[in-house]
Amino acid sequence: MTKAMTPPVAATAPSEKQKFRLARYQDLALVPVIILLLVVGAVLSPIFLTPNNLIAVLTQQSELSLLVLGQAMILIVGKMDLSLESTVGLAPALAVALIIPSSAGGLDVGLAAWLALPLCVLIGVAIGGLNGFLILKVGLSGFMVTLGMLTMLRGLQLAITEGKSLIDVPESFLYLGSTTWLGLPAAVWICIVCYAVGIFVLKYLRAGRSLYAIGGNSEAARAAGIRVDRVVWIVLIIGSVLAVIAGILMTGRLGSVAATQGEGMIFQVFAAAVIGGISLNGGKGTLFGALSGVLMLGLVEQILRLQGVSGFYIKASYGAVIILALIVTRFATGQKQE
Amino acid sequence: MNEFAAVARGVTKRFGRTLALDDVGIEIRAGESHALVGRNGAGKSTLVSVLTGMQAPDAGEVTFFGEPAPPVADSAAWRRHVACVYQKSTVVPELSVAENLFINRQDLGGGLISWKKLRSEASSLLETYDVAVRPDALVSTLTVEQRQLVEIARALSIGSRFVILDEPTAQLDGPAIERLFDRMRSLQDRGVTFLFISHHLQEVYEVCQTVTVYRDARHIVTAAVAEMSKPDLIEAMTGEAGGLNVPSGDGRPSSAEEVLTVASLSGDHFSDISLSATRGEVIGLAGSASSGKHEFAETVYGLRKPSLGTISVNGAAVRGGDVPAALRAGIGCVPRDRHHQGLVLDLSIAENATMSTAGAFVWPSAQRAAGGTAIASYDVKAAGPDQPVSDLSGGNQQKVVMARALAGDPSVLVLINPTAGVDVKSKESLLGVVDAQARRGKAAIVVSDELDDLRVCDRVLVLFHGQVVKEFSRGWRDQELISAIEGMSTE
Repeated sequence: MTKAMTPPVAATAPSEKQKFRLARYQDLALVPVIILLLVVGAVLSPIFLTPNNLIAVLTQQSELSLLVLGQAMILIVGKMDLSLESTVGLAPALAVALIIPSSAGGLDVGLAAWLALPLCVLIGVAIGGLNGFLILKVGLSGFMVTLGMLTMLRGLQLAITEGKSLIDVPESFLYLGSTTWLGLPAAVWICIVCYAVGIFVLKYLRAGRSLYAIGGNSEAARAAGIRVDRVVWIVLIIGSVLAVIAGILMTGRLGSVAATQGEGMIFQVFAAAVIGGISLNGGKGTLFGALSGVLMLGLVEQILRLQGVSGFYIKASYGAVIILALIVTRFATGQKQE
Repeated sequence: MNEFAAVARGVTKRFGRTLALDDVGIEIRAGESHALVGRNGAGKSTLVSVLTGMQAPDAGEVTFFGEPAPPVADSAAWRRHVACVYQKSTVVPELSVAENLFINRQDLGGGLISWKKLRSEASSLLETYDVAVRPDALVSTLTVEQRQLVEIARALSIGSRFVILDEPTAQLDGPAIERLFDRMRSLQDRGVTFLFISHHLQEVYEVCQTVTVYRDARHIVTAAVAEMSKPDLIEAMTGEAGGLNVPSGDGRPSSAEEVLTVASLSGDHFSDISLSATRGEVIGLAGSASSGKHEFAETVYGLRKPSLGTISVNGAAVRGGDVPAALRAGIGCVPRDRHHQGLVLDLSIAENATMSTAGAFVWPSAQRAAGGTAIASYDVKAAGPDQPVSDLSGGNQQKVVMARALAGDPSVLVLINPTAGVDVKSKESLLGVVDAQARRGKAAIVVSDELDDLRVCDRVLVLFHGQVVKEFSRGWRDQELISAIEGMSTE
């Protein structure tokens, strides 16, 4: 009698089946909304459907999408990482500072320039690993640990750079941030590959499926032989590394590391994930859904931008748009958000 | 005063296209304990939600002591008529007992909350109903038994004289169940009426005067308990004659080949337990909730770390406290509580059933096929392998847990409360699986207090305070086993 309201199962077979089919396409719930946005954009602005504009949308969203990818996996496994946005700034800033001389704002360590990329990734692994250590081994609250880390990492970046932008950016960053492969920016290709791998792993690999088991019921996952702590730790590290990649792309695209790089992104990250059907309580949602959440946000922003919303209002309208998008999604999917 | 504490007539309730209650009724005489039994999915839960005002019926009427029931929106009025103690707790764990007793009326009508008055009112209330709990204790520190008593006291203090107990005994051990029954009898003497829901038919005979049976959303029979034999009752529940058909394990081939060897194992709440199980042998472990039997079984499966001793399967030692190692060594487990440890409710049957065994790659088609096989082999009533297990009834969920335990074709099975909270038919089929697996040469440990579960065993070890105190071979008498479990010596 633990499920007080559940109707008898035998008699429900047909309706269950129907509910089922719907659930299977839950993933695609945002596709009609995205198409609608494309139509609205096209009606409002003649240049909206041009390849250049659409590529611009994709490029702008590429960095956000990598953060969402990492956060989505972390949310599915039942945790959250608020520090991702600071990692976006700190990792490239620290790596660059270790390479360039103090005259250019560096630390005068003078490491070789080719070390920039590996260093960045290493820093990401260290941040994710430290978060994991504090949450899993010390047993601290994940929300507070990563909130503390958010502030600490941002402060560290300010301390290293003395609040200045680093403009002496290594060639490898600039290449990744500006080159195009087969007509699409490298950043977009990197996102496509990361999402393709993520979607595959979460659907077809036992390790990927264990994320859902852990987020859904970590005790049951443990009893089924899943090494819960190890998986969560790895997911936290992957999340940080994805944030680092986003930071590298952003640095390359802008040609410098601003002291505020990534600041404020975490709100959009959570918004896109929730819009995309990822549950904040863990165990639910797909990476494809998360990706469609990112695209939806990007399209809405671009429509606003092309409409020439005044700079003073753009921030307020983004906030409003995210709440609006949550409302639209709530009714498009017919599911309460958690 | 009306003769009936609660009456439902012609109640019909649909959920979408599903008929959950089909023109059913129940008449609960004031001052009696009335049992409501039926298989999972018979409509008991829906009736409870109609009787407690959580759902309005599509048709039909409910009356309390002759008065028509209040509208569904008026939950305060419902609470004066009827109270329900669910298997799931309805108290707030991080608040004190006193505050829980007067929750949402903490001001006791005074506007401001006087904590002193609240505590004294609470302690006099607890005294009235003879509940030995401090009013300022946090509810999270109470035992299940104490928590239920607090819930009952709260219900009675609101003015309700009709209490629904929805599987109250599921999480209690033997002595606690007896104490609950004593309390029910004494409250009955003071005019309280109970509707008692349980899967344990024995309890119905022990504490109830009238029994109503539902089956497939319909009312089958209402009769005096004294006039209804157990086989008749089971027949009414299942629609099949013959009563409970639990395999006894008689004639199971025995073998001298040792599969599981546990040597002087010590751990949480048990010490120095040795046992060995041969191919095809089923060993029962009985004992009260504090006997250490659960902890012992969980240690064998690696959910807990042993402090001393070794576990080996087919002669090879198994690393302690390491579930993946236990799985690799060939130990499968049905954990203690399917909601807490057994299942990921939002995931599909197929995914749950294959969770322990999937290779590095999970092909949805192969997984679905494995789920389909599990559904067919373990007699799971479900729409298909993609159905989330949260949609299934308790018995069918438990079969999915069993499927997962068996998925890797282990040589040793550790089954903890394998039939807890499942109906008779599911119990039959789950115990049938245990018997069949033993016949195929697996060794099994069944941890349970239920005599039906233990009947399938070749021998039963009784634990008391973490030690094996008695061993029974097949053919034990209920009475001797029960007294050994309660720690009473029969010698």
